[in-house]
Amino acid sequence: MHQGQILLLLLALCFALAAGLIGCFALMKRMLLASDVISHLALPGLGAAFLMKVNPLYGGAVTLFLGTYLVWQLQKKTGMATDASIGVVFAAALAIGAAVTPRGDLIDALFGGLQDVNWLGFVLGAAGSAIVVVAVFLMKDRLTLSTFSTELAASSGIRVDRLDLAYLLIFSLTVLIGLRFMGALLASSLIILPAAAARQFAGRLSLFFAISAAISVVSILAGFFLNTFLFHLSTIAPVTVMFAALVFAASLAVRRAW
Amino acid sequence: MHPSLLLMASSETILTVEKLRVGFDHQVVIDDLSFEVHKGDCLAVIGPNGAGKTVLLKALLDLVPHEGEIRWSQGARLGYVPQKVAADRQQPIRLIDLLAAKAAVRHLPPEDIATVTAEVGLAPQALKNSVGHLSGGQFQKALIAFALLGRPNVLLFDEPTASLDELAEEHTYDLLHQLQQEKGMTVILVSHDLSVVYRYATQVLCLSKVKMCVGPPKELLTPAMLEELYGGPSKFYRHIHDD
Repeated sequence: MHQGQILLLLLALCFALAAGLIGCFALMKRMLLASDVISHLALPGLGAAFLMKVNPLYGGAVTLFLGTYLVWQLQKKTGMATDASIGVVFAAALAIGAAVTPRGDLIDALFGGLQDVNWLGFVLGAAGSAIVVVAVFLMKDRLTLSTFSTELAASSGIRVDRLDLAYLLIFSLTVLIGLRFMGALLASSLIILPAAAARQFAGRLSLFFAISAAISVVSILAGFFLNTFLFHLSTIAPVTVMFAALVFAASLAVRRAW
Repeated sequence: MHPSLLLMASSETILTVEKLRVGFDHQVVIDDLSFEVHKGDCLAVIGPNGAGKTVLLKALLDLVPHEGEIRWSQGARLGYVPQKVAADRQQPIRLIDLLAAKAAVRHLPPEDIATVTAEVGLAPQALKNSVGHLSGGQFQKALIAFALLGRPNVLLFDEPTASLDELAEEHTYDLLHQLQQEKGMTVILVSHDLSVVYRYATQVLCLSKVKMCVGPPKELLTPAMLEELYGGPSKFYRHIHDD
């Protein structure tokens, strides 16, 4: 393995850890599918950056965070449900993204082919992952209460709207880190699948977090090595996601057998 | 203590509401409502569906936007038991996780959890159960324990027994009464059950589109008043006498 590959693997593992943790709350908040499309908010920025020949991830970051903030504002100002507000913003973002992204780059943007990791990219990505992990840890209690009941959370002194924004932002940060190797379409799959599989086994929160993070990390490892030595696809995303889906299927089977 | 001092202490105002107005989507739910609650009172909020009883509690907790004034006296600590919480079985949240999360958010010592669980009469084993799998009675006790965490001196209770069988209902009210008596808690209670109101409330607040009034239950809960409040022949009156 050359240095770029090692950096890519290390960065992917950081992303996996963040994704596995953030997914647990997305599952409990019943916003897994809604959050799936958050990753598409990056598409207009990726496309515009491709057009302007700048690092696509910078463009993706801009529209991803703008879109996330718009989702939160829509939800707060109109009282829309999270999935409805995400759905509206998603549809617009996808259309703009499809219009501006050069045809040749569209596949990379959608499925992740931006795999040349330099030191700067690695440091930024690892720092982003660390922020997500620390934020989840710090907000764990408040998120647990607001997930259970927003009213009880508010009556316990929690500013639920701010907490929602903070959660959406670290969610988007996770997606952004994953965009490089997973693409706009698959970035959130490692947020969804490990949490869904972990839920089959975990009867308590701490175990839920641990199992989900572990499945996510193992999926990236499996995806990376299977792809490098067996499948040789241009991106590790498909193999990683298929592996995570198999783990989920296995978790269902094991649960039934119990 | 001198009797007049005692009287002063017991009539200390803990909550003052003036000209409260709450509305959603251009529809006014509560308009021009003023009342006071004194320390140690059990104020029952009664009225027909849609009169804004739950909304009033939420306004008192500052959970919904409102106009007018709501003044809690200094040192008032509120505990809230909502009407219903739809516990999601998808969530692997155990009762201990929930109580520990509140204790952490409010910087309370962890041993308070055992204290409130014992106070509501929940067995310690129930703490390890998933919240979504508690029975109706246990869940209600869990919600009360959640409210008691943080040592409130005011409890706001919304239809506490709506989903309980009669025995569990009886237990809940006994517990409520005990908290009020032993700890001198102020209780604000929304209830449909007028026999309960008659038995436990020291003050009644009637809320409806046509009428708002405050007073002791014996004065307010007359057949004529109830008919006016609920806008129909008063079967509630008979209910009180059945009891």
